[in-house]
Amino acid sequence: MTHPFSTLIQLQTQLRERSISATELTQFYLDRIAQLNPMLNCYITVDNERALDQARAADQQLAQGSAAPLTGIPISQKDIFCIEDQITTAGSKMLANFRPPYTATSASQLEQAGAITLGKTNMDEFAMGSSNETSYYGPAKNPWDLLRIPGGSSGGSAAAVAAGLCAASTGTDTGGSIRQPAAMCGLTGLKPTYGRISRWGMIAFASSLDQAGPMTHTAEDAALMLEHMAGYDPKDATSLDEPVPEYSQNLNQPMAGLKIGVCRQFFSEGLEGAVEQSIREALKTFEHLGATLIDIDLPHTPLSVSAYYVIAPAECSANLSRFDGIRFGHRCDDPTDLQDLYQRSRGEGFGNEVKKRILVGTFALSAGYYDAFYRKAQQVRRLIKNDFVEAFDHVDLIVGPTAPSPAFQLGEKLDNPVDMYLQDIFTISANLAGLPAMSIPAGQVRGLPVGLQLIGNYLQEGTLLRAGHQFQQATDWHQLAPEIE
Amino acid sequence: MMTIPADWQVDIGLEIHAQLKTASKIFSGASTQFGQPPNSQASVIDLGMPGVLPAVNGAVFKKAVQFGLGVGGQINRESRFDRKNYFYPDLPKGYQITQMDQPIVIGGSVTIALPDGSTKPIALTRAHLEEDAGKSIHDWKPNHTGVDLNRAGTPLLEIVSEPQLKSPEEAVAYARVIHQLLTYLEICDGNMAEGSLRFDANISVRKINDAKLGVRSEIKNLNSFRFLDQAINFEISRQVEMLTAGQPLSQDTRLFDPEKLETRPMRSKETATDYRYFPEPDLLPVVLSEHYIDEIKRNLPELPQARTNRYHSTLALPLADAQRLAQDRRLADFFDETVAKTQNPKVTANWIKGDLLARLNEAALTIADSPVSSDQLAELITMVDQDTISGKIAKDVFGALWEGKTTSAAAYVRDHQLEQVSDLSALEPIIESLLTDHPKQASDLKAGKDKLMGFFVGKVMQATQGTANPKQVNDLIRAKIDRS
Repeated sequence: MTHPFSTLIQLQTQLRERSISATELTQFYLDRIAQLNPMLNCYITVDNERALDQARAADQQLAQGSAAPLTGIPISQKDIFCIEDQITTAGSKMLANFRPPYTATSASQLEQAGAITLGKTNMDEFAMGSSNETSYYGPAKNPWDLLRIPGGSSGGSAAAVAAGLCAASTGTDTGGSIRQPAAMCGLTGLKPTYGRISRWGMIAFASSLDQAGPMTHTAEDAALMLEHMAGYDPKDATSLDEPVPEYSQNLNQPMAGLKIGVCRQFFSEGLEGAVEQSIREALKTFEHLGATLIDIDLPHTPLSVSAYYVIAPAECSANLSRFDGIRFGHRCDDPTDLQDLYQRSRGEGFGNEVKKRILVGTFALSAGYYDAFYRKAQQVRRLIKNDFVEAFDHVDLIVGPTAPSPAFQLGEKLDNPVDMYLQDIFTISANLAGLPAMSIPAGQVRGLPVGLQLIGNYLQEGTLLRAGHQFQQATDWHQLAPEIE
Repeated sequence: MMTIPADWQVDIGLEIHAQLKTASKIFSGASTQFGQPPNSQASVIDLGMPGVLPAVNGAVFKKAVQFGLGVGGQINRESRFDRKNYFYPDLPKGYQITQMDQPIVIGGSVTIALPDGSTKPIALTRAHLEEDAGKSIHDWKPNHTGVDLNRAGTPLLEIVSEPQLKSPEEAVAYARVIHQLLTYLEICDGNMAEGSLRFDANISVRKINDAKLGVRSEIKNLNSFRFLDQAINFEISRQVEMLTAGQPLSQDTRLFDPEKLETRPMRSKETATDYRYFPEPDLLPVVLSEHYIDEIKRNLPELPQARTNRYHSTLALPLADAQRLAQDRRLADFFDETVAKTQNPKVTANWIKGDLLARLNEAALTIADSPVSSDQLAELITMVDQDTISGKIAKDVFGALWEGKTTSAAAYVRDHQLEQVSDLSALEPIIESLLTDHPKQASDLKAGKDKLMGFFVGKVMQATQGTANPKQVNDLIRAKIDRS
């Protein structure tokens, strides 16, 4: 029988060999979802019928030998990606009944490549959160410990892959929302270069930072997913018109000669000792693989959280203005006038974290405060970017921890927003600079996964994936699976 | 004509919103066609659906650059889009994509003609690209407001003048010059009834000796030259009355009521005090190369002022005729094409502003729809110039061309034997018998009553059904009289 934690590569082989059919495989995951999702809450929507339709079509293609690379492989999509006629909530009450008449480019490309979409995964509301606890649909749980958070905002995706409720998933990463949950759940999560994957059809949080990416068991799987998610899209002006390399083909290139920067600022206060130990161990592994470690400084990265919590809310305050109760989404009952319609529709439709960020962003853009907040934050952003540009003159990769600690308990940080925001202290700078970054499993602390972050130069996803793959050839952290049966 | 109260002066600046003539919208592929059923031309982008993104229609840059070059402004090699945030049901995203800090055009100026015949340059502050909003329809049904998003996302060029207009007349003259330039460049259809051109007027008054501008009101959305004139007139009177009565003015935004001929403040809900502009992260900066701008410059049509000057100075047309012909680009093109073949600017101008325009006006046609082509008109004019036909016959031939009875003046003249009779042997007997039949007039003419020449020429023309050459007839009669 199928192993619930099979990689895409393994499933690809089984499907091609016809040792399992796409329909059997899809039914297998649907059964697991039916059994385990009530406990894990990692899916908001599951569409059995649509998935099985896709599976039957996949089986036909497999029989005819016309299968695409992902044909028959069941994955899930973060519920931030619009899929035509499928409810797409972005984790919000605001969009509880929203069925978009279009499909996100990246999701459509994955389906074009043959992937079967099992359903839409849970997430922090509008991707605002680091624990999945801001979801209107309740938090997803960490399969490694059901009392703990799976990370966020792509927590449902991470939990679903880690628990074997799909073979791979997608996430979006504005400040760490792919990498941090990947770290918490023991997965490989890649945030590509800004613009590498089209944002069309991906509900916006902070447009200049948002980037989609794969969440998988292995770097090899991430490479396969990225090949089919990436690419230029004329519908997204910020997407990069650059060819998509065959990431999967270069994974075995040896590490010898690769220069890895170890950034002092990523081993700062707040980093749990045991996590640091795991990371230091991982660095040794890279050395054994032939890489050279070089100490580097990114002097402005400590400012990244502050800059981020001005820029991201500012952009979100405008991006979320369209949710006004007029054309789609939640509308309050019996509005007395326009003002009432706006106030109650938005007041009822948005949760507290979203409201808080809209308020912060509105304030930061207000006349008289713009220079002190928004403009200043953009200046800091440029300095952070310049630090990286300079560092990549000397190194090929920058490595450090993904998060300061392993998964924390549900509710633990809900009353301490600053502590919650500091979850993203190591991940945010890559978003501000627009650089590709990846988290891979690199240890365990108290039985919980620890993530190692690799940051690459612009469009060097190939280097990240190769380093990740080589590391995974030398370690087995990525093969550990939670006991949840 | 407005008389500005003594001791007061007026400062007016206009913001002109011109819809750019593109087939599709500025950020979506939806059609911009006017007058379609509500919301039938609103794409998911125009509706501001979640997850959709704007993609710029490149045609708008060319049009904005054409305008910028047309007013001698500076074209920003790098311009940028910004978000202007406010809530209103006809603004689907809750923000308008516009250009705040780095507009595509900076500066420039146009020249307006003043009533006393002098001219005055008016400086432009800037011109920038933005998207139009939809329309709120308040009279749709009781207690309901409808929203039509067909217009949402229509490309606009907002043209902002310095507050250098000193009267309603100057404001209207300026608006007309801009309207003419936009239609000349064919970047806006200029159809005010369909809202293709709309004015916001910023008006303030101050005492003659005050150095500082007064407190201004902005009157929004004026969609005709007449309303612009009326609204400014009312507003000047209102402000002067308020200030004269010692009441302070507050900066406000107003609407003009064309029925009551007055302005009234907009509800505060329709305006915002802080638009929280910030750079639009969904769009890249607009970078224009020198080559791109040069190419547009090279293909820029000759503009109205330059054309008027050329007609007046080089072609020696009277200024009024030059202005009349240069006013409309297609008309001027028609004139240029015709002159190129006739080499006779004066006669060509007379034909076009006379017979042709009269016929066009009568039929409510524009020059583009003229049934008589420039080739046909040129052939006709040349036949007159070469004395092949008389001016009188030419008018008949023109009529035949207009009515489609023929496609060629030469063929028509030939078929109807309308050539001028220059054959002396045919004319002489006619003249001789006329002189014999009218002995009194003949002797008076000989005695020096020259105006009787017209009498005899007229008779000859009558007898020859207009085909005689009047000058030749004149000469023949003179010769006969002198010899008798």
